[in-house]
Amino acid sequence: MKEGRTHKKFQKFGMVIDLDKCTGCGSCMVACMAENNVPFRKDESNKLLSITWMRVYKLTNGMPFPKIDVCYLPRPCMQCEGQHEGHSPCVSVCPAIATDYSMESGIVSQIYTRCFGCRYCMASCPYHARYFNWWDPIWPDGMEKYLSPNVSPRMRGVVEKCSFCFHRYQLAKDRAFMEGRPELQEDEYQTACTQACPAGAITFGDLNNPKHTVSKMAEPDPKHSGRPKNPNAFRLLERLGTNPKVYYLSSREWVRRAGDNYLKNEKKVKKPVHHG
Amino acid sequence: MDSALIPKGVKRCPLWQFLLFIGAAGIVLLWGVYAMFLCWFKGLNQTNMNDYYGFALWIWADLAVIAVGGGAFFTGLLRYIFGKDALKNIINYAVLIGFICYSSALLILAIDIGQPLRGWFIFWHANVHSMLTEVAFCLSCYFGVLTIEYIPLILENRQIDKVPFFHHLGHNMHEVMAVFAATGAFLSFFHQGSLGGVAGVLFGRPFAFREGIFIWPWTFFLFTWSAAACGPCFTILVTKITEKVVGKKLVKDYAIELLAKISGWMLLTYTIAKFIDTWYWATVLAPSQGFTLMDFYTNNPLYGIWILITEIAICGLVPAAILMTPKGRKNPVALWIAISLAVAGVCLNRWVMVLQIMAVPVMTFDNWVLYFPSWQEVATTILPVAYGVILIAISYRYLPVFPNEAELNPIEPLPAEEAEEKSVDPPVDLELELKPAEA
Ligand code: SF4
Ligand code: SF4
Repeated sequence: MKEGRTHKKFQKFGMVIDLDKCTGCGSCMVACMAENNVPFRKDESNKLLSITWMRVYKLTNGMPFPKIDVCYLPRPCMQCEGQHEGHSPCVSVCPAIATDYSMESGIVSQIYTRCFGCRYCMASCPYHARYFNWWDPIWPDGMEKYLSPNVSPRMRGVVEKCSFCFHRYQLAKDRAFMEGRPELQEDEYQTACTQACPAGAITFGDLNNPKHTVSKMAEPDPKHSGRPKNPNAFRLLERLGTNPKVYYLSSREWVRRAGDNYLKNEKKVKKPVHHG
Repeated sequence: MDSALIPKGVKRCPLWQFLLFIGAAGIVLLWGVYAMFLCWFKGLNQTNMNDYYGFALWIWADLAVIAVGGGAFFTGLLRYIFGKDALKNIINYAVLIGFICYSSALLILAIDIGQPLRGWFIFWHANVHSMLTEVAFCLSCYFGVLTIEYIPLILENRQIDKVPFFHHLGHNMHEVMAVFAATGAFLSFFHQGSLGGVAGVLFGRPFAFREGIFIWPWTFFLFTWSAAACGPCFTILVTKITEKVVGKKLVKDYAIELLAKISGWMLLTYTIAKFIDTWYWATVLAPSQGFTLMDFYTNNPLYGIWILITEIAICGLVPAAILMTPKGRKNPVALWIAISLAVAGVCLNRWVMVLQIMAVPVMTFDNWVLYFPSWQEVATTILPVAYGVILIAISYRYLPVFPNEAELNPIEPLPAEEAEEKSVDPPVDLELELKPAEA
């Protein structure tokens, strides 16, 4: 996916998730699994073995009743860009280029037939967005017929993760090409979770396009590796320099603070460390 | 029965005893092989690894055997490049131990990957920016070098040496061994280092991440250094264990002491460097990412701060102090303690740099996760140990691994069988008798 770097305005697809709207219903997780043929087993009680490209975490402010407050935080792959484009934690470490950074879309791909299952990428991802196929997928009788033909199921022994429904991007691009349009409309390419969220908490679009809602909501600052200018917006683990493309919004201070690690009594976020 | 194969001038246990020993180790080996096939055919679900612990016992074992196998390259470097001639008494064994360690490491890697049949992708589709790619290339090349270093020893088997071609081949290989020692040292510097780099470049994991020079994080240099410091200790440790098992002295004291002394100084400098690295990490780097040192060591029974103290003080400073002082390294008990601690220390360091990295939560709402290996993992981790024991036993019995053995353990009178055979041997063989393994 190393597209040419000339003659093209690159897109940078990203997501803004409004945590004040998220009810923790889990529709995004279900939609994601169905859309992407994510395998599951009869017994999914051990969450350390469950594959959840999109996972909703439950956060609390740790206060006693009645001050307790809860927040649900959906976590897809952050499609990290790193400090220079393509230096995602996972892409930079994969020894076989089985995961790659698309300069055209900003999406971190996963090439299942190339991956040989060393799991180095999993060790590198601080968000636990990567999952290993410990088993071959076994679908309940008849379910093969309901699998999405646009997404290849994965075999045992390889890693998988959220792709921002990359197949939808490809389909949208094909359509636009056939209709002779050089650019995609904002609503032409949307992820399954975005569409499934009943609360409308997830917004998806091109962060490089100022007309797209995501740019207006998060106000990414290109001078500071996309750090949001919107005071209510934050990214998970901003200080590590992973440069994620998923932004979160919350009006609650404790939620924003839960997005990163701070020393006790530390007020202001310092400049993130730089990684060459 | 197999006396014709046993090096001249040395005594070996009866064949039945030897076979019994091999049989016992063989059972453990078979257990490991069974587990290995389970993992290959049924997949990594045979392990207790999970999506948090993607790196676990095997990767630790891999890193640990490579670290302790570092004795081969460092002893070779000292012997051939720095001209420490005394080490010729132990270099054969260092090479053999290194060969076992590295072949084990490659085997473990082959079991560890989810799609073993695609293992070659790491070479074919190599990502030159990945530390793991560097590890794979240097590791494989260095294993080749170790094989080349081990072959002349095999060629010195009494019967093989009788074949003129092999005799000359072995001789000529000895002649150019310095070239391979230098190549081995070069390759080792990089793969030992890049194994450290594997952890150090993980900028998403503040427990592991370190800054450094160019593309190499400080862990790169610390790993090479610690392998050079503790590898020779492992060589001494295995030599001492072998001496205990066979009940005789195999290597002259001055060779051991020289190696111990160099190890001691290496260990001291390493420990100082490790301390500085830890200090900077704890006071500057981690806080810049919002972590205090104790964030990495609390909330958890297994990964307490004791682990850091043990690694640096008990397994670093203590053995260094013993090995550096003549009194310390000359005292057998102190030497045993020092080399055991040094080996334990480097293994502990590798443990921390694999498993603790996985255990420490990074997201504020994430949890510490503990892991316990499955029996299949344990069996496949013990497999290389059994394999090593067998290979050492066979090599010791049939090859002149220890050039000083005959001198240190004179046998007289010669067993009847051997004396008889000697009389029919051509004179050329008599000349070669008691020849040191690396002429
Ligand atoms: S969230 Fe994890 S898997 Fe996704 S790009 Fe970042 S490091 Fe890679
Ligand atoms: S598990 Fe696959 S994608 Fe991940 S680093 Fe290894 S080869 Fe690359």
